[in-house]
Amino acid sequence: MGSTNSTLSKIPNVEELMQETGFTPAHIVRLYDRFEALDKEKTGHLRPQDFGAINRLAMNPIGDRIIGAFFSPGQETVDFHSFVRILAHFRPADKKRPKDPSMPEPVNSRTSKLKYPPLVFSLISVAFQLYDQDKDGKISRAELLQVLRSMLEMQVTEEQLESIADRTIQEADLDKDDAISFEEFRKSLEKVNIDHKMSIRFLR
Amino acid sequence: ISFRCMGCSTEEMGLFLDFNPFDNLLCILLGISFTVWFTLLLVFIIVPAIFGVSFGIRQLYMKTLLKIFEWATHRIERGEPTSLEEEIKEIRRSGSNRDLDHASEFEMSDIFYFCRQGVESIMDDEVTKRFSAEELESWNLLTRSNYNFQHISLRLTVLWGLGVVIRYGFLLPLRVTLAFTGVGLLVVLTSIIGFLPNGRMKNFLSEQVHLMCYRICVRALTAIITYHDSENKPKNGGICVANHTSPIDVIILASDGCYAMVGQIHGGLMGVIQKSMVKACPHIWFERSEVKDRHLVAKRLSDHVEDKTKLPILIFPEGTCINNTSVMMFKKGSFEIGSTVYPVAIKYDPRFGDAFWNSSQFGMVNYLLRMMSSWAIVCSVWYLPPMTREEGEDAVQFANRVKAAIARQGGLVDLLWDGGLKRGKVKDTFKEEQQKLYSKMLVGTQEDRSRS
Repeated sequence: MGSTNSTLSKIPNVEELMQETGFTPAHIVRLYDRFEALDKEKTGHLRPQDFGAINRLAMNPIGDRIIGAFFSPGQETVDFHSFVRILAHFRPADKKRPKDPSMPEPVNSRTSKLKYPPLVFSLISVAFQLYDQDKDGKISRAELLQVLRSMLEMQVTEEQLESIADRTIQEADLDKDDAISFEEFRKSLEKVNIDHKMSIRFLR
Repeated sequence: ISFRCMGCSTEEMGLFLDFNPFDNLLCILLGISFTVWFTLLLVFIIVPAIFGVSFGIRQLYMKTLLKIFEWATHRIERGEPTSLEEEIKEIRRSGSNRDLDHASEFEMSDIFYFCRQGVESIMDDEVTKRFSAEELESWNLLTRSNYNFQHISLRLTVLWGLGVVIRYGFLLPLRVTLAFTGVGLLVVLTSIIGFLPNGRMKNFLSEQVHLMCYRICVRALTAIITYHDSENKPKNGGICVANHTSPIDVIILASDGCYAMVGQIHGGLMGVIQKSMVKACPHIWFERSEVKDRHLVAKRLSDHVEDKTKLPILIFPEGTCINNTSVMMFKKGSFEIGSTVYPVAIKYDPRFGDAFWNSSQFGMVNYLLRMMSSWAIVCSVWYLPPMTREEGEDAVQFANRVKAAIARQGGLVDLLWDGGLKRGKVKDTFKEEQQKLYSKMLVGTQEDRSRS
């Protein structure tokens, strides 16, 4: 516990961070250690290259997009607070905690709406952002194709990619504007138990 | 008054009489159990160590352990599909009411799988880095190797608790006893041999004593070692070069062959051991001050190597302990001497416990205790064919060549060989693997559809 406290005291505004994200002190310390390990130049900020150094992330077909999710548009670095806030989305929703009306709603509530610049996200909007790279609020056919291409690369032909994209848009696009809006995206995921499948086990 | 005294004394005597047989019984029991204990120790462990035979007890132990680990892994993994296909199907299954066989096509939710993998690796990839995929999935009932230990089931926790009791209550004292016996015998016997006149008899006896004591130490760690290609074992006048993961490497190699050790003289117990070892046969110990003098070191090594009656030198060129997944830069000093180099690759099986010694994290005693309280140390040793420096090759190139051979054999990643280039290639192939798996899942079913 001693080392936990000493690490916690190094982080500015840590109380606020814990309240906002719902992480325990132990989690914060762990994330801080990880942040420091990634921040090789000890600048106190992470750049895209620092994420790129993680081997397993580089192997991930959508690794670059995930890295992009950490950086707000126009921002080139991410500090510890933003790092923690974004990771907070992946915490399993805490069903046991009683709802305290005076406390601000923690970041991973599924009802929070999409806001640009992305500081308050829900899991669905994180996923939406992975598809919607130009951030116009819609997943166009071209963007969908790009994602498919990253995930499948040279294993399928262009025609197969296009047919997959066509079918997907056909199923999800309700207002027939040849793009998938956030609402349509959310609807298509209605029955998926995202919380169970997306939340990271060891963040519990 | 005398009556009372008599009364008192009889009472006391009565009490006394009550305790006596009990006391005796206790002593007898203790005596018997100690004797039994030591006899077992002697018969099953020390005597085979002396003669270099094995009852196969450790192999049996290893097999049993593996079965238990498998069972433990099943308990953790139940309900947790780990392959890409299964994971994605799970995600879809929770959302879709449609019949899965026809719906194995791209879904928007598939991205969740990759997203989660990505975020998990951002959070922590230290754990996964040291082990290959199959090894991670098995838990060897040591909390120190499972960073994500949570209470998963009562049975598992009970098993773990039982494991703790066995390891600390039974195995650890046994091993510590053996370790003391082994080291003690080494010191005493080598000192005795030191009094003999130099000659074949002395060499023979010293070899036997060294081997015997190292074998006892091997049993003290419950090390289960498989030696491969023993025909390539180092010969006199050569230099044996091996990758270094832990101080135990020395014991592992020296229990199968006789080597001349090289090192700095330490103080304390280590120093005592070193001094007595050198009485029986010539090892190369340097004073602290001499270690800095590279020419002196090189001279002593080459003198030793030229004398064909002396044992092959054992050197770990890396200098510090590496975590057994990679072979770092080999220091070129030992490769400048110009004799035959016998490379040896040592690879520890991480399923049974992590043998890596992080000297900044633990001290030596702490480390040895950790080793002695884990289940076993399982490793493989490969004796590689001898190599010599070729024409036009300098020491550094020779060193790298040897390093590459060791890394290839042990399945270790050869770092700093191609520099960044090799690492780049590694990443792309893995990414392709993921893509292949995913596309097989999608496109495979597309083809089925078009056929029907």
